[in-house]
Amino acid sequence: MENLVEIRDLKVEATTDTGRRIEIIKGIDLDIAQGEIVALIGESGSGKTTIALTLMGHTRPGCRISGGSVRIAGKDMVTLTERERASIRGTEVAYVPQSAAAAFNPAKRIIDQVIEVTRIHRLMPPEAARRKAVELFRALSLPDPEHIGNRYPHQVSGGQLQRLSAAMALIGDPNLVIFDEPTTALDVTTQIEVLRAFKSVMKQGGIAGVYVSHDLAVVAQIADRIVVLRGGEVQEVGTTADILGHAQHPYTRELLAAFEPKPRGEDKAAAEREPLLEVSGLLAGYGPIQADGLPLVRAVQEASLTVEKGRNLGIIGESGCGKSTLARAIAGILPASSGHIIFNGRELERSARQRSRDQLRELQIVFQYADTALNPEKSIEEIIGRPLAFYHGMKGRTRDARIDELLDMVHLPKTLRQRRPAELSGGQKQRVNFARALAAEPKLILCDEITSALDTVVATAVIDLLKELQRELSLSYIFISHDLSVVEAICDEIVVMYGGRKVEGITPAQLKAPQHPYSKLLFSSVPKLDPGWLDALELDPDLVKTYGQH
Amino acid sequence: MALSNTLASKFGYRFNWVGLIGLSIILFWGVIALIAPHIIPHPVGEIVDEDYFGPISSRFWLGSDYLGRDMLSRVLMGARYTVGISLAAVCIACFSGVVLGMAAAVSGGWFDTALSRFLDALNSIPSKLSGLVVVAAVGSSIDVLIVTLAVIYTPGAYRFARALAVNINTMDYITVARTRGEGIFYLIGSEILPNITGPVLADLGIRFVFIVLLLSGLSFLGLGVQPPYADWGALVHENVGGLPFGAPAVIVPSLAIASLTISVNLLIDNLPKKIRDRSA
Repeated sequence: MENLVEIRDLKVEATTDTGRRIEIIKGIDLDIAQGEIVALIGESGSGKTTIALTLMGHTRPGCRISGGSVRIAGKDMVTLTERERASIRGTEVAYVPQSAAAAFNPAKRIIDQVIEVTRIHRLMPPEAARRKAVELFRALSLPDPEHIGNRYPHQVSGGQLQRLSAAMALIGDPNLVIFDEPTTALDVTTQIEVLRAFKSVMKQGGIAGVYVSHDLAVVAQIADRIVVLRGGEVQEVGTTADILGHAQHPYTRELLAAFEPKPRGEDKAAAEREPLLEVSGLLAGYGPIQADGLPLVRAVQEASLTVEKGRNLGIIGESGCGKSTLARAIAGILPASSGHIIFNGRELERSARQRSRDQLRELQIVFQYADTALNPEKSIEEIIGRPLAFYHGMKGRTRDARIDELLDMVHLPKTLRQRRPAELSGGQKQRVNFARALAAEPKLILCDEITSALDTVVATAVIDLLKELQRELSLSYIFISHDLSVVEAICDEIVVMYGGRKVEGITPAQLKAPQHPYSKLLFSSVPKLDPGWLDALELDPDLVKTYGQH
Repeated sequence: MALSNTLASKFGYRFNWVGLIGLSIILFWGVIALIAPHIIPHPVGEIVDEDYFGPISSRFWLGSDYLGRDMLSRVLMGARYTVGISLAAVCIACFSGVVLGMAAAVSGGWFDTALSRFLDALNSIPSKLSGLVVVAAVGSSIDVLIVTLAVIYTPGAYRFARALAVNINTMDYITVARTRGEGIFYLIGSEILPNITGPVLADLGIRFVFIVLLLSGLSFLGLGVQPPYADWGALVHENVGGLPFGAPAVIVPSLAIASLTISVNLLIDNLPKKIRDRSA
C-alpha cells in the first residue's frame, strides 16, 4: 500500500423525483501518492466535485455511492460507519470549499472557527491550537497573522477568507486536502496570492491534495498530475506537462484550444467609424444624496467612453471597481447623478423610466447569472416571446416563427421551447438570456460578465457565438469582465477601471505593453498554461501593495 | 397510488395520497354545502326530538341538540355558512392582500410606505375586538361577516405577499423587464406572481383556518350567523352544555371544524408537484 488514496471502480448514483436512478460516476479508478497534488478538471456536471466529496465518504443529498471502494491510508470510506468517517474528516481528510464566504459563520470570530476542528477531535488544548493557527496564517502569508483571527468574516477580503478557510482545513494536520474550485470566485490579482500560499504550504507539509477546477491554467500552476473528466468517466490522466503538451483526448484538446488567441476579423478603416454611444463625465453611486447633489458612495466617477458602430468595447477591472455600476448607469437601471449619455446621436435620459420604448429596445443588457436573469416559472418560449410581443407587437404564428429563428441563431434546438430554465444547462441558459436581448433587435448590447459563470469551453463557444452574431446583425457590444482573455478575444478597445475611475483605454495591439501601473499588474496576473509561470512570475511589490489590498 | 400514477403520466404532475385525502374531504364539504337544503332529513329550526342532547339513534343519526333539533340537519346546513363565508372571506382577503403587497414591493417609495403603515395600523387592532365592534355597529348579516373577516385578514396577507415579492423584485429578470419598459401590471402579474404562488397558497390555507376559527369564535359569542341557522362554531357554542353528558351534539360540529381545517392544510402542504425528470 504505497498510495495514500486508492479509488477503485467508484460508482455514484442519484435518484430523480420519479424514482429513476442515474449513474453520475461510472466506475472511476484513481490513485494519489503521498504528497502529490492531483487536479480533477472538467466541465460543470462532469462529476469532479462528486468524486472529491466521496474522498470524505460524503455524497450530496439524493446521491449515494453504489459501488467500488475509496481507500484512504488503507481505510475504505465507503464501508465505514458515519461515526468513523466523522473522526477521519478534519484529521486525515480536509475540505476547502469554493465559497469561503458561505463557509464561515458570520456571527463568530474567525479564530474560533479555525480551531474548531481541534476542539471537535480533541487534538490539542485551545491555546496550542491558537498558536498553531497563527503559524498557519503566517505560512499562508496573511497580513497581521497575530490578530487577523480576532476579526469577523466580513472584516477580511475574499482572498484572505479563502486562505483562512485553508488554514481551517490544515489545522488538523490532514494527509489529504480537497480544494473545490477555491480561486474561481476571486480576482486574478488575488488569485495569484492565494495560489502561491496554497502551493507553498502543501509543499512544505508534504500534504497530498485534490484540486477541483475547470480552469486549466490555474491547475497547471499547482498540480502534479491532471485527471480530465467528462460525463462521470475519466477521459485522460497524465502529468501536468503531458496533458499540456500531448493531450490525446478531444475534450482535453478543446480545453487547451480555448486558451489559444483567436484571429480577429478585419478592422474597419477609421474614416468609416461612427460613434454609437458616447458617455462623458458619468458619475453614479449609491446611498443618500449629499449636500453637493451627489450620492454618498460614488461607485463610478468621471467615466467617459465611446463605442463605435459595429465595434466592441471591453471594460475590465477587479470586483468592486465599478464596472457593473457603469453598465447599470448606461442602461438607466441606476440613474447617473451627473454626466451625459449620447446614444445614436441623441442624449438619453438618465433613468430608464423616462426613456422612450425605442431607446430601451435599442440598448439591451444581458446579466451575468442566467439563473437569476431568467424567470424560473416561465418557459423558454414565453421568455423569448415577450420582447417580440412587447416591442414588435408580434402574435401567434409570426411570433412562433421568430422564436424558432432566434433559437436557431443562438444554436439551441427548437425542442427546448417548452422547457423551464431549470431544465437547461448553464451554457444553454446563457444563450436564452442572450436570445431575449436579440429579440428586441438592439443596436448595442451590454454584456455584464456573461461568461464568468460558465466553464472555459462553454464560455469560448458563447464568445464565438457573439462574434458570429455581430457579423450577421451588425451589433455592438460593451463587454464587461474581470477575465482579460475573454475581453481580448472579442473587443476592439479595452477600458481598464480601478476604484471607480477609468485608468486606461487600450487597443488589443497595445495589450502587451499597457502604460498604467494597475493595467500592468492586472495583465501580468492572468495565469498562463506554462506550469512554471507562477514560480517565475515576479510582481513589483510596490504595485501589489498599492493596488492589491487583498 | 394508481390514480396518482395516471395523473403523473398524463399531466406531468405528481399528487400524493395525503393531498388527495385532503382534497376529497374539502370537496365532500363543498358538495354538502351546495346540496344541503335538499338532503336534510328535518328542517333546521324544528324541534323533532322529545329529549334534548339525544344520543345517536336510527332516527337521529347524529343525535339531537339542546332543544331537541336534529343534529345531522344542523351540521349539514352549518357547512353552508362555515365553508361559504370563510371561503369568500379568505379569497377576498388574499386577493386584495397579495395584489397590494406585490404592487407595494414593485413600486416602492411613498406608495409602499403609506400602504404599509396603514395596514400595520389595521393589523394592530385585535381581530376578535374589531369583529365585535363592526358587528355591534352594523348588525350581523352574511355580507357584513364576509367583509369584516376579509378586512381583518387582509393586512396579514399583504405583509406576507410583500415580503415574498420584495425578494423576487431584486432578481435580475425583474430588472430586465423594467429596462424593457414593462408596466406594473405585467411585472406583478407575469413576473412576480408565478414565483410566489406556492407560499401564497400555503398562506391562503392557514388564513382559511384562521377565518373558520374566528367565524366560529364570533358565532360562539353570538355575533356570527343568527338563529335558527348556525355555523359549526355556533353549533359548538349552543350545545356546549352537552359536554358533561358526552352528547354528540357538541362533538360532531367540533369534528367537522377539525376535519375541514386539517384537510385544507393537508392539501396545501401536498399540492401536486411538477415532475422535473420527464425523460423516464
